[in-house]
Amino acid sequence: MNTISTPVRRLDAVEKTAGFTKYIADMDFGDFLYGKLFRSTRARARICTVKKPSLPDGYYIIDKNDVPGENAIHMINSDWPVFADEFVRFIGDSIALVVGPDKKIISKILSEIEVEYEDIPAVYTIDDSLALKGGVLHGKDNCYGDYTTVKGDPESAFSEAAQIYENTYETGLQEHIYMETQGVVGLWQDGKVNIHGSLQCPFYVRHSVTPVLGVEEDGVRIIQAPTGGAFGGKEHYPDILTTALAVAVNKLKKNIKIFYEREEDIVNTVKRHPSRIKIRTALDIDGNITAMDVDSIIDGGAYESCSCIVLQRVVFHATGVYDIPNVKCRGRAVVTNNVPSDAFRGFGAPQASFAIESHMNHLAEKTGVGSLDFKARYFQKKGSVTNTNGEIHEEVKLKEMVAKAKAMSDYDRKVKEYGKSSSKGIGFSLFNHGGAFTGNGEKEIINARIKVRKLKDNRVEIYVSNVEMGQGLLTTFSKIAAHTLEIPIENIIFMQQDTELVPDSGPTVASRSILIVGTLVGKASAKLKKQWVDGEEITVWQEYEAPKDVIPWNQETLQGDAYPAYSWGVNVVEVEFDKITCEIKIIGAWNVYDVGVPIDRLVVEGQIEGGLVQGLGWAYLEKMEIREGRIQQRTMADYVIPTSLDVPVMENDFVLNPYEESAFGAKGAGEIVHNGGAPAFLEAVQMSTGTQFNSIPLTPEKIMESLK
Amino acid sequence: MKQKINFTLNGKSVSVETDPLKRLIDLLRDDLSMISVKEGCGEGECGACSVLLNNEIVNSCLIPVGTIIGASIETVEGIRESESGKRIIDAFAVEGAVQCGYCTPGMMVGAEWILRKYDKPTPDEIRVALSGNLCRCTGYDMIINAVETAAKRGLK
Repeated sequence: MNTISTPVRRLDAVEKTAGFTKYIADMDFGDFLYGKLFRSTRARARICTVKKPSLPDGYYIIDKNDVPGENAIHMINSDWPVFADEFVRFIGDSIALVVGPDKKIISKILSEIEVEYEDIPAVYTIDDSLALKGGVLHGKDNCYGDYTTVKGDPESAFSEAAQIYENTYETGLQEHIYMETQGVVGLWQDGKVNIHGSLQCPFYVRHSVTPVLGVEEDGVRIIQAPTGGAFGGKEHYPDILTTALAVAVNKLKKNIKIFYEREEDIVNTVKRHPSRIKIRTALDIDGNITAMDVDSIIDGGAYESCSCIVLQRVVFHATGVYDIPNVKCRGRAVVTNNVPSDAFRGFGAPQASFAIESHMNHLAEKTGVGSLDFKARYFQKKGSVTNTNGEIHEEVKLKEMVAKAKAMSDYDRKVKEYGKSSSKGIGFSLFNHGGAFTGNGEKEIINARIKVRKLKDNRVEIYVSNVEMGQGLLTTFSKIAAHTLEIPIENIIFMQQDTELVPDSGPTVASRSILIVGTLVGKASAKLKKQWVDGEEITVWQEYEAPKDVIPWNQETLQGDAYPAYSWGVNVVEVEFDKITCEIKIIGAWNVYDVGVPIDRLVVEGQIEGGLVQGLGWAYLEKMEIREGRIQQRTMADYVIPTSLDVPVMENDFVLNPYEESAFGAKGAGEIVHNGGAPAFLEAVQMSTGTQFNSIPLTPEKIMESLK
Repeated sequence: MKQKINFTLNGKSVSVETDPLKRLIDLLRDDLSMISVKEGCGEGECGACSVLLNNEIVNSCLIPVGTIIGASIETVEGIRESESGKRIIDAFAVEGAVQCGYCTPGMMVGAEWILRKYDKPTPDEIRVALSGNLCRCTGYDMIINAVETAAKRGLK
């Protein structure tokens, strides 16, 4: 039967494979100059003097003095300056932009700029930050955010506990390694700054650039170029580049390109937040969980960017898919003088999921029950109260998903066999992911609007600000419109994400595209269908409408429904352990998801597989260390992501669970797919080595140390 | 110092006056408009700049132009015109092998190389052959399937 889930050929597949797609570096913008940032070499210092060399003709140094508006990049907060003023806060902080026609001469100029610094003791760790080493760096306590939620009465439950189990779980940095590095081009056209770039969120860039230039919203124009991967790394980071670029274009009235080479990209751009999560669990005399206390701390690095929003997701996903009667969650995001951390697929949920799943596995082992049986006692279900005293509104199909994944992976047999001195192991993780902006953000912050326009020739244009960046949005949005209108997908035109062409339907983040904006495309298409007259031009606008029957959100108290709906997933990962080298080989992976109804099964399976592999890379291959603020793994030879040889054959399946508020019942799938790989991997490694681990990346060196 | 370099690009003779130390990727992209050749890392790790040099797959970011005199260079701009190239493109579309697409032309060069070398490549052979081409989106399985599909369709 042909349904919305039946795969179609992705609309961009042929053009991309055949090499016709022009990414930002492939486009011809005529005459242009290159720009390259001059950066801090100190992690925390006061700038005493900057001595500039004399410049050859046609070369320029742009800095804080050239900023016509505010020297502050507006993200969630606006603490990150375009160019450092008095202080630098991390190695790589922007001080100036050198602009000119020849890259070699630009490099020479960069090497000739002399800065005299006065160093201040820097903070590189969570503990140093909380101890306010070197003096306060942010606010009063070095916390970008400090949130607490309470459900039930955890205090009494802990005082009455028969036993308490406590452990701490740590995760490391992760670099996005989108295959296409950061790239933006600024043009002086129509008397204003025009920016083309590899971007997730053209309206975020506009939001950042306009106050820096001191112009109104229509004073700049932002256009997305085909984007070669992003994963959160092109959500806010392009604001750093485009604000500096805009200042230069505005001053010089010339076209300028800033393209990062890979090393520049790896060492200067934002990362996934490292985390340290302590979980204390109260158990009664029979070994039942009566309460949990989850204390999560993430390292936000030198500027806030969206650390607080990431932190909220850490806190709201702290007890995973489990309904624990009494829960206290505290989360803090701290400032350090490390490279800032920001959005990365999963947005804090992978860190939370790693901790809670690992903790539940340990609890199961302590109580002598199989981990899946133990976890099943606490599965959330429809009506369960969440940690923010909201509610799970949907049917939770975890049991069905577990049964499927067990059958696919032959789990029960393997658990029995591998338990006894085999070098193989199998792990199982369960997780969810709240869709869209936290709480009432969709209404209060975004309030998305879109339009569809029927042309006289009966083709239909879709106007949204959400971008195709590899996740398949071009195809899935077109499919929603085509299926609703019952017209061929070839008759849908997906308009370019250009701030002067499309309305602001919000950023391409937070697993909100399908859930929120896809829904608007569906509604607008349904209205258009009713009004349809062959040969006439018709435009239909659609604004966001909050879902019915949710518990209202209070952003001050963090109470209510944190998310309108959740996607759900389970991963099974099988590994083989080499006792000599301590290397782990992943030999199997099985994945079952409830994403409502997949809009194109193949597109969603692509998310499932890619996200799992990214999560597994984070779990055991992708080691990134910072020593005294300096990233050690600086190239793709040092920072290793999974290759085709590190990946097993994966099998995927779905449990259908239509969400009544969305187009065709779909929920998001872009981020949840990163949430389960690491804990499933860890459980499998523990089975194969007979040793407990609590931190990732779990490298062979770390395993070898622990087995000594 | 510039030098005259003659070679074949996608079956056609090319003659350029250029610095022999220039990277092949720069010659192809900047001087000859072969934009299918992508730069991902600039150090031979990622395979986005893969081309065929005398039928072997190489990273064009590591090849100085002075070493390709008289050689045959093939890029996706040439491969896409061939029967096998069209089969690969179709198989990539059918199997879901494309997401952001930035690694994909390099993968296509890899696929063409596999199809020339093996009549019936096994999934393991494909996995090994493509292990120098990194993809951050797909998790690889769908790319492996696509190459296998393209090979099978070439047999009938």
